[in-house]
Amino acid sequence: MKGKTVAEKILSKKSGQDARAGDIVEAEVDFVMVNDVTGPIAFRQFESLGLPPKKEKIVLIPDHYVPNKDIASAEQAKEMREFARRHGIENYFEVGRSGVCHQIMIDEGFAAPGRLIVGADSHTCTYGGLGAFSTGIGSTEAAAAFATGRLWFKVPETIRIELTGKFRKDVGGKDLVIRLITDMGVDGAIYQAWEFGGPGSKDIPVSDRLTICNMAIEAGAKAGIFPCDAKTDEYVKDKVRGDYEAVVPDKDAVYVKVLRYDLSELEPMVACPHLPENGRPVREVDVAIDQAYLGSCTNGRIEDMRIAAEIIRGRKVATGVRMIVVPASPSVQRAMIDEGLMTVFMDAGAFVSGPTCGACLGGYMGILAEGEKAVSSTNRNFVGRMGHKGSEVYLAGPAVVAASAILGRIAVPEDLP
Amino acid sequence: MTVYKGKVWRFGDHVDTDQIIPAERLVSENLKRLGDFAFEKVRPGIAEKMQKGDIIIAERNFGCGSSREHAPLALIDAGISCVVAGSFSRIFFRNSINTGLALVECNVDIQEGSEIEVDTSAGTIKDLSNGRVYNFKKHPEFIRELIESGGLIETIRRRK
Ligand code: SF4
Repeated sequence: MKGKTVAEKILSKKSGQDARAGDIVEAEVDFVMVNDVTGPIAFRQFESLGLPPKKEKIVLIPDHYVPNKDIASAEQAKEMREFARRHGIENYFEVGRSGVCHQIMIDEGFAAPGRLIVGADSHTCTYGGLGAFSTGIGSTEAAAAFATGRLWFKVPETIRIELTGKFRKDVGGKDLVIRLITDMGVDGAIYQAWEFGGPGSKDIPVSDRLTICNMAIEAGAKAGIFPCDAKTDEYVKDKVRGDYEAVVPDKDAVYVKVLRYDLSELEPMVACPHLPENGRPVREVDVAIDQAYLGSCTNGRIEDMRIAAEIIRGRKVATGVRMIVVPASPSVQRAMIDEGLMTVFMDAGAFVSGPTCGACLGGYMGILAEGEKAVSSTNRNFVGRMGHKGSEVYLAGPAVVAASAILGRIAVPEDLP
Repeated sequence: MTVYKGKVWRFGDHVDTDQIIPAERLVSENLKRLGDFAFEKVRPGIAEKMQKGDIIIAERNFGCGSSREHAPLALIDAGISCVVAGSFSRIFFRNSINTGLALVECNVDIQEGSEIEVDTSAGTIKDLSNGRVYNFKKHPEFIRELIESGGLIETIRRRK
């Protein structure tokens, strides 16, 4: 019998079956998360079943339209609060203790190696950066998992991505993932998983691994996974709830294909409108911007804030440009204050807010007008994603967002005077 | 036997969920009228013209993007009975099973406005404008059973 990939191993363990790519299994999930947008449909479906909830597995995180953007979103957020109260669900995160759902899942220790986590949000695949198998589902499926703690999965085939070398200065996880999506296309990994390995992967900081796995869905992948190693253990040790189990692939695991990348050859990338697969080296792009957005589940971690702050320190955001900085969670925000980064951004003339999804999905707090262009550290640049259908979003990593904010055009830090 | 007969609306590659229903419409008070907003940013006015039973034909990766179940719900509410596409994003695929939107994976050469008939039991699509027939591979048995029992919630209810 051949060996197994990380995806096959986790799904075997959680289903109690010998799960192989292509099989359909029913597995026990560790956690099921919903946010304020996907929650209400799940709550209705769940209530219609009349079953008791698997309380300890349910995590409720308002983030998309909170603090309430308007009356409609206030009513919606209230539904979640009331659902939590009615069923005695402890893992509900109120405004002030909440933030972008995926960062809360990480900060609060729900996400950990070897776990099977589902969430009614497509970027639930982020926790693969910690060696979990995590994937996005719909609201009805979340409701089913609330009631049974289980869900069906088709075991994905896995694409192995072998990395060598090290990132050059001002290059990071975002540049790699834009490169990957550009090379394989936005449907290049439909129904498949990415699994990273090779000597280069060991050096990639966990924060970058989370960025990379966050965007696996932008290639259509079900999951992106960095198998657990010493860096992962170190990252989760102060956060994790309960025990976890490191899962690594077998040496003779079967992959649909193996891709190889040398990290030292990568350069800063930007994904041009209107698909994440439109990646180009930043130096080939000449675009004036109206807004620079730093935040989201992709690049709203403290590590991203540090990278941007180092570039911004002592400089000013270009005239006519709005720089909007949104930490992904309260702990990121607190670290920004403690490390003095808040001051760096404010001195430069940036707007800094508390954690929320905000403008990332065209919600509020930074919507684009017709014809406006934004460079953004988020993950999607679809038509109208951050505002008017005639606006444009260019996706990039924190270093490029920071340099662009200062220069008023999409640029790399090297371009700064 | 399930047959869907209707007029075709034609789309291309990578129709994402932000196109199907923009994020700013995702509040509970809109749940009863999601169809009103279908494709409003990319094809304004199309939702009003869609009739009950109409069919969408698209190319690769239909439904990519967010996990919002509002996307299949908006299409159903706009009258769409079935989507035929070269491929679907997996979350959209799963959501459609649970909301009752029929999906067929097949590449076809059919124009907007044509009348077609999709027979999911026979695995055929017939272009009624010229009589041409396309065959498609039916879903695996597990998925067919899930669809026939009315999706995940119904399945759990029956098991209870
Ligand atoms: S930050 Fe953006 S991509 Fe991430 S969960 Fe929020 S809306 Fe979605």
